[in-house]
Formats: sequence, C-alpha cells, structure tokens
Amino acid sequence: MENRTHISVQDLNVHFRSEHVLKDINLSIPDRKITAIIGPSGCGKTTLLRSFNRLIDSTEGVRVSGRVLVDDENILDPKAEVTHIRKKMGLLLQKPYPLPMSIYDNVAYGPRIHGIRERRRLDEIVERFLKKASLWDEVRERLSQPASALSLGQQQRLCLARGLAVEPAIILGDEPTSALDPQSSQRIEATFTELKRDYTIVIVTHILRQARRLADHVIFLYLGELVEQGPAWDFFNNPKQPMTREYIKGLIS
Amino acid sequence: MDRRFAEERLFKGLMILATVLIISSLVLILLTVLLKGLPYMSLDMVTKTPQGGYYLGKGGGILNAILGSLYLAGGATLLAILFGLPVALYMNVFSRPGARFVGACRFSFDVLNGVPSIVFGAFGFTIMIFFAMRASLLGGIIAIALLILPMMVRSIDEVLRLVPHELLEASYALGATRWETALKVVVRQALPGILTAVLIAFGRGIGDAAAVIFTAGFTDSIPGSLLRPVATLPLAIFFQLGVPIPEVQGRAYASALILTILILIISLAARLLARRLTRHVVK
Amino acid sequence: MRFLRVTLVPRRVKDLLAGKVMLLLTVLAALLVLVMIIGLYLKSKPVLDSHSLSELLFSTKWRPFRGQFGFLPFIMGTLWVTGVAIVIAVPLCLLTAIYLSEYAHSRVREWVKPLIDILAGIPSVVFGVWGMLVVVPFIKDVVAPSFKVFSTGYSVLAGGIVLAIMIFPVIIHVSLEVLRAVPGEVREASLALGATRWQTVKRVVLRKALPGVAAAIVLGISRAFGETMAVLMVVGNVPKVPRSVLDPAYPLPALIANNYGEMLSVPLFDSALMLAALILLLVILLFNIVSRSILLRVERSIR
Repeated sequence: MENRTHISVQDLNVHFRSEHVLKDINLSIPDRKITAIIGPSGCGKTTLLRSFNRLIDSTEGVRVSGRVLVDDENILDPKAEVTHIRKKMGLLLQKPYPLPMSIYDNVAYGPRIHGIRERRRLDEIVERFLKKASLWDEVRERLSQPASALSLGQQQRLCLARGLAVEPAIILGDEPTSALDPQSSQRIEATFTELKRDYTIVIVTHILRQARRLADHVIFLYLGELVEQGPAWDFFNNPKQPMTREYIKGLIS
Repeated sequence: MDRRFAEERLFKGLMILATVLIISSLVLILLTVLLKGLPYMSLDMVTKTPQGGYYLGKGGGILNAILGSLYLAGGATLLAILFGLPVALYMNVFSRPGARFVGACRFSFDVLNGVPSIVFGAFGFTIMIFFAMRASLLGGIIAIALLILPMMVRSIDEVLRLVPHELLEASYALGATRWETALKVVVRQALPGILTAVLIAFGRGIGDAAAVIFTAGFTDSIPGSLLRPVATLPLAIFFQLGVPIPEVQGRAYASALILTILILIISLAARLLARRLTRHVVK
Repeated sequence: MRFLRVTLVPRRVKDLLAGKVMLLLTVLAALLVLVMIIGLYLKSKPVLDSHSLSELLFSTKWRPFRGQFGFLPFIMGTLWVTGVAIVIAVPLCLLTAIYLSEYAHSRVREWVKPLIDILAGIPSVVFGVWGMLVVVPFIKDVVAPSFKVFSTGYSVLAGGIVLAIMIFPVIIHVSLEVLRAVPGEVREASLALGATRWQTVKRVVLRKALPGVAAAIVLGISRAFGETMAVLMVVGNVPKVPRSVLDPAYPLPALIANNYGEMLSVPLFDSALMLAALILLLVILLFNIVSRSILLRVERSIR
C-alpha cells in the first residue's frame, strides 16, 4: 500500500525576531499514520507543528516564508482563512487546557461554533467523541461539572475529544503526554494508535522511546534543520545520517 | 557592632509604629463616623425622602440621595463596561501580542486614571454646555462613566493578562474566531476578576462627589427621568453639613455612616464574588 | 472542503466588524485626555484672551465681579496643602512599605493590604466629615494654643493631615510593588556578607528601588493636587496666600467646586474656573506622565 501524502512542507523558513528558527524545511507527512517529530529541545519542533495550523501567527515578531500544503492547498497563503484551516486540525498541547466551562460544553464548544445548535445532535456528538477519546465511561454521570475538576490525564483526553468533535482530518500533538503520569500517558498513546485508522496524527516528542512505540514515520530536527525523515523502522534500525545515529544512541540531546 | 543593631532595632520600631499609625487612622475614621452617625440613624433616614422643612430639622430621610447615588453609579458603571470591556478585550485578544499600540494605550489609561474627579466634572460640564443639557441624571452618569472608565479598563486589562495564552490557542485550534474566543472563553475565564473590577468602579462612582457637583445637580425627590437632576449621597452629606442646625448636621453624620456602610458592603461583595465565581475557572 | 479564499461567512464578518469597532473604541478612549484638554481649553479661551497669562497665574487679586482673576492664592493654597500632606505621608508610607515588604510575615501582609484597600475606597466626603469632626477641633483646641496663636482649626494643616491619609494607599501600594520587585538574590547577597536587614534595605534594596519609590511619591503628589471635597471641607477657603500652616487656604479644586452655582451669572467666571481645571489637568498630567514613565522603566528592567 502506497502512502498518500497529507501534509507537505516546502522551503519553510521561520524567523523569530533575529533568530532563524526553521531553515529550509522540506518534508512530507503521510496520511493516516502517526508521524513523530523528534529532536532535542529548542530545535524548532513545536514551531514546525504550530506552522501547520498557523498558530505561529499569534506569536510576537514572527516571519514565515515557504509553503505548507494540506490536501494540496497552501495554508500559508495570506489569503487563506485560518479558522477553516484550524478546524481541519485538532491540537493537543503539553499541558491540557480545558476551556472554562463544563465537560459537556467543552466538547460541544467546537460544533456549536461551527453552527450546530440542536440539543439532540450535540448530545450525540458529545457522547461519540468522549467515547473516541475513551473518557465517556468516566464522565458520563457528571457531564455538567466543570472540566477543571477532572484529573490531568482526564483533562488531556477531554481536550482530545474536544478537538475530535470539530471533525478534523489531522491531529496535532505538542508533547501531549509530557505533563501526565505514566498510566495516563499510556491511555493517550493507546487512543492514538486506535485513532490512526481515521486520522493523520503528528506528534512532537522528545521521548525517543515514545517515538519508537508509536510512530510510523519519523522526522528528526536539529537546531532548526531537518536532519532525516523516513519510515520509523528504517529510521531507528538503519539511520542514514551520522547525527541521527548519535541521537538515537543518546549521545546528543 | 552595637550601633548596627541599635539602628536596626530603632528603624524596625519606627516601621511598626508607622504601620500601626496608618491602620489606626483607618480605624479612627470608621469609628468616628460610626459613633457620630449612629445616634441619628433611623428607619426614616433610609426609607423617606426629605419632607418639608427637612433642612430646618423636620422629618424625612435621604432616600432620594441613596437611590440617586445607586442609579447614577449603576448607570455610569453600565456605560463604562459597555466601553471598557471591549477596549480591554481588544488590547488582550485582538491586537498582536506585545504591540506598541497597546503599550501606548495602557500608558494613556494609567495617566487618565490619575486625573482628579473635579476635572472630569468640569469637562462633563463643558460637554453639557455644548449639547445645551441641564444638570441631570444623564449628565452625572456621563461624568462618572468617564471618571471610572480608565480604572475599569486597566483593572479588567490586568485580569485578562492573566488568562493563559494556551487557552486562547485551544479555542483558535478548534476554528473559533477571536470574537468567539473573547466572548466564550476569555470573558468566562476572567469573569470573577472582571466582576471585582466592575464592583470597585461602582463603589468609586457612588463615593465620588466632585464630578457630580456640576453635572448631576440636586433634588429632594427620587429621580423619575434621565433628564432630571438627581441627588447623590456625598452631596447630601455636604449640604446637610453646611446647615448650622445640630439636628441636620447629625443627619449628615448618619448619611456619612450610610455611605460608608454601602462602600464597605460593595468592597466585601467584590472580595466574596471573586471567590465564589471560580467554578469554571481553569488553573 | 476548500478552505482557501473562503467567501466571508457571517461569523468571519462578525469577527472583523467586532475587531474594527473595538479598535475604534480603544483609540477613542485612549485619546480622551486630548479631548479633555481641548474641551477645557476652548472653554477657558475667553479669559485667556482678555487677561495675560502672567496676570492670571501671579496676581493675588481675585475679584470675579470686577473681572479680576488672579489664581496665585489658589495655586499657593494647593501647594501648601500638598506640601504638608507629602511631609506627613512620605516617611510614614515608606516605613510602612519597607516593613511590609522586608520585615513583615506574609500573613501580616495579607492582613494589612486589604485594610489599605479599604482606606483607598473610603469616599472623600467621609474623609471630610472626619476631618471636621476630629482634625479641625484638634488643631483649634490643642495645636494652635500650644503655639500661642489663634486658629479656627480650618487650616492648611487640617487639609494636609486629611490629604495625607487619603494618599497613604497610593504611595504604599506603588512603593510596595516596587520594593517587592527587587529580586531576592540582591538581598541574599548583602545578607550573606554579614549586613543586617536594615543595612541591606538602606544600602541595597532602597537604592535599587529608588526611582520607583520616587514615582510613587510623585503619584501621591498628583493625587493630592486634585483632591477636592475632603480638602474643601477642612481648609477654610479664604482666598489669601497662606503664611503658616495654621492659616486657612483655598486650593484650586475647592475653588472650582465651590463656585459652580454663581459661575454662569458673572461674565468670564465660568471661563476662569475652566482655566483652573485646565491648569490642574495639565500639571497632574505632567506629574503622572513622569511617574508612569519611571514605573514603566522599572517594570522593564525587572523582566
């Protein structure tokens, strides 16, 4: 089965004030696979991820050039409409940030914004996506309670459900398990593996073992440059670049 | 060596003395108002308007001024929220983060916050002359709204600055616009702080006298229309004090007590509300 | 689904519109100061056209019915009252701020801060009532006799004392913030060298915090300049340049507030009062701009 490319990045350069954060990045992210972006901290992983849904727009003093094609359309085009781009992609941050409202309203927030008003449809959406994020059984009795009352791990799954509820095609995760306890991390990882049947998943991680466990495709960044990318098995077992070899062995971090 | 420690002890003593002095000035003021006002407090004071001959010591109360102050400060607070909340939201959600324009606005509001109320009164008066308006509830509302606008903007602004940026991003990531994010997420997260800011502004509106002297006028009846003059508590106190009849002056003290209690209730409410409304707040 | 060059859906239009309206409101609100200056200037133009500025500012003749508007007694009244207030308030406030920031247990701090907030919230009329009931008799019966002079009690000193209490919260609040902003390492470095706490405060902390503390004092001065009702009630309101703190005075804000009734019936009177308001506004703006600029720099240097 040939991989279809879902996101492709061409000559992406990002400057932050006088700093050159991403340098001539060219890469492609396969459809319905888990892609892991790895590299030491400060290498531009998060910036790369945030350029996919144009959240870098809201950072102070940023200049971006190049093209990011999603389904063959350049989302960096200044005329592109950001809210529609972002609707296509769910985002999970390092720390879960539930919105200041009830569990139910958190999941219903996106659908409501995009025009769904009928209570019955919303009920159905909330249930479906809480199930998808494997949270439904834990919260079905207390949907009207504030989301901030959930545990961190539950909050992160709630954020996942919230992101899925706008029916994106892509899930972006920025070290989505780094603030969680091992058990919660495991649940999120398991959920990801299930979700990749329907979604393209891109996660940033600095945990090599996590990338090994989860990823089908790996992108390795170092100091703002793309060092190597490829299928996970090749990447870990037969790296082409010496730098990759050293990183995998843990010699550079 | 000894001198070092003597100096240390001396200054520490002075500091504690200064702190105690400042706090006791507050206690002294509250006690004075309480002790002087209490003997003249009566149900009539808060339930009746001034009757004929009130300022000669005959019956009645200052309901006109209590209601007048509440109407006036209430109207002004509403007006100030109407302008102030969008301004604070603009500075924190709509503008680019760290924009120089926002810094300039903050500076301008800080400076404006230092402008005394008598100047707002005088400025309100020039506006009223310009529109050929008479002293009225509406005039007072405008002057007080201008007076409390800068402090309201800046205190809401400070609250909004504390909203984590990730929360905004979470909302944007779901495809929400800035407007939707501002209304549904930012305001909701900052609600306790916003309400505190609003109540503090309301309290300042009730307590202010200098801005309403020109603009609101005074009357012995309860205001029936926006275009009629309105009595305010501070001015009622001031006018009653000016009457050289002990009974009327005593009522001035009672009025001062009423005003002080009102202000204390509002500031207490501000504190309690801030604690109560944190149900949905994320942190 | 195509998301490029999407036609403007209603919620996008709403967002754009809201952004524009809010920008407009922000600009308008931020420009309010300018509008106030222009408005007051236009109203005070008649008196500025018919009198020279030096006559207005430096003449002591205040006879509105004869068209003479010399502001000197009022300007001097404001300066005297403010001066007394600052002399009383600054040492007390600085000692308190240093105590709360450097010595007091955090629990004490949490208790004292709300009390100071309450003090800040008390309406100025209530301060005035208190001044009439306590400060004025105190000066008349205790202070003046001990200097063997007569005073009604309604005096610069009474105004200064009341005003001092009113500006406590501003000065304490701002200087406390400035002091807390001095990094703890600075203190530790000094303490580690064997300095006592007070030496550390005096030689290191205060030196670092000096510009901010100065700004706090300037803010206090400008608050004192503009305070109206409380001062008006205890200061005597006699339009003569005071010669001692036991003389009555007549500060500018009191002048404006006291004459709103007659001002429309005497030619140029309203214009002169608006000029008084304009002078007050400009002086206070200057003070505020200076202190806010200092505070802004302090804030930046910390980040």
